Amino acid sequence: MTEEIIIAGFGGQGVLSMGKILSYSGIMQGQEVSWMPSYGPEMRGGTANVTVIISDERVSSPILTEFDTAIILNQQSMDKFEPAVKPGGYLLYDPNGITRHPERKDINVYKITGAKLASEMGNTKVFNMVVMGAYLKMRPILEYKYVVEGLKKSLPERYHKLIPLNEEAIKSGLEHLEEVHKLN
Amino acid sequence: MGELKLMKGNEAIGEAAIRAGVDAYFGYPITPQSEVIEYLTSEKPEERTGMVILQAESELAAINMVYGAAGSGKKVMTSSSSPGVSLKMEGISYMAGAELPCVVLNVVRGGPGLGTIQPSQADYFQAVKGGGHGDYRMVVLAPASVQEMADFVKLGFELAFKYRNPVMMLSDGVIGQMMEKVELGEQIPRWTEEEIIRKNPWATTGKKGRERNIITSLDLDPARQEQHNHKLQKKYRQMEEEEVRFEKFECDDAEYLFVAYGSSSRIAQKAVKIAREKGHKVGLLRPITLFPYPAKEIQSMLGQLKGILSLELSAGQMVEDIKLAVEGKVPVDHYGRMGGIIFSPAEIVEVFEEKFIGG
Repeated sequence: MTEEIIIAGFGGQGVLSMGKILSYSGIMQGQEVSWMPSYGPEMRGGTANVTVIISDERVSSPILTEFDTAIILNQQSMDKFEPAVKPGGYLLYDPNGITRHPERKDINVYKITGAKLASEMGNTKVFNMVVMGAYLKMRPILEYKYVVEGLKKSLPERYHKLIPLNEEAIKSGLEHLEEVHKLN
Repeated sequence: MGELKLMKGNEAIGEAAIRAGVDAYFGYPITPQSEVIEYLTSEKPEERTGMVILQAESELAAINMVYGAAGSGKKVMTSSSSPGVSLKMEGISYMAGAELPCVVLNVVRGGPGLGTIQPSQADYFQAVKGGGHGDYRMVVLAPASVQEMADFVKLGFELAFKYRNPVMMLSDGVIGQMMEKVELGEQIPRWTEEEIIRKNPWATTGKKGRERNIITSLDLDPARQEQHNHKLQKKYRQMEEEEVRFEKFECDDAEYLFVAYGSSSRIAQKAVKIAREKGHKVGLLRPITLFPYPAKEIQSMLGQLKGILSLELSAGQMVEDIKLAVEGKVPVDHYGRMGGIIFSPAEIVEVFEEKFIGG
């Protein structure tokens, strides 16, 4: 199994930390992983993206131009990465702030109202965990127990009191994934 | 198995430095390697091992602090990215002349000048051919993973002290910024003063009844200076005999060879897989040491090869060392991207087919 993922959105949405938690979860499950951010003069409000690879084999190139799965959280990223999903691959997006919805018919498309769900939970910071939950429902490549371990490893000790809240957000994502277009 | 962590290359090298019993780190921040000093500072190594971390006022100050500390027989390192490493070149040349050990990390970004903060491999000539003045060489290690960023700290210091010479780790923005699984070694205690005196009898450790030790790169007597140069050259030849390191992928039946180091070798490895799926017998040689260069290994493969493609994030620098090794016996070509652009595996295969297979 090799899953090549791009996660893309605004800086401040938790794109990089979602990638880190997925990567750590992969390690906990005994897998090879890589996490490669776009780095640069990025800031809150600018675009941010990260390539995460989770594989049974040693990861070769950490940098890719096409992906099995794209997790897309703003319009700029939709324009950039919808064409980069491999035919037959998966696209997950949050419709919040999206003006042009995905158009491809040769990929599986799902959505999650992550911003809305997080705000209903009273903490918009867990937005990324809602989206990650939806991803794990769409692509069940990681066992839940390893995800919780990955979460613990990724968060500094002083934030461990927030783990139940993050778990709640992941579960919300698992429950609210919506199918938009599924290939046979 | 040691402790498994998910870390950036820049963080892993910081942790590895603490665990390798390094005495001091002197640096100055620059993207894309600022996480090295950030990580080191946040870890409070002064409490863990007594290691000194100091942000100098400039790269020049940092490398000269390295010179001073190395002269006292301590394990000392610095890191920077391309423009900052250029500033350190004078100090590195002095250290080579004065025969002082140290480890210098370059997390290479695009140039020339301030260039860009994105990854590049355009500092190969500077690292391998002597970016500073004078006839000197350094062992140049090229890590291709976060694990190697960590492992090469310990190796780097072993080689630096074996040869009393600076060792360079030539990394780049990809390896520095990416996170991977890394297994960290056990904590090695820092050398005691007694160990330093015993291991490094040349160091300025306080005279205490012995002959005076002098650390300098200056000797105005041409005869003695030539002898000194002969001695240095002998060390570099010994490095060529003893320190060549490389890794090979899918080379047994290869008719074509990709040669790539560091981050490029990771991308090239995937390109080998794609090329083989298309029926091309391609292998990959990854030099781990860029000086000394695995020239003999390339020569030993020439009988089976129809062509060699050097893959670098530069206008073509390492390709010159391949050509020196090949001596015209097999076609050698180069493909690279510049300015912080990174080639993709598919792009490499397309270029390879164009150059070697033909339409």
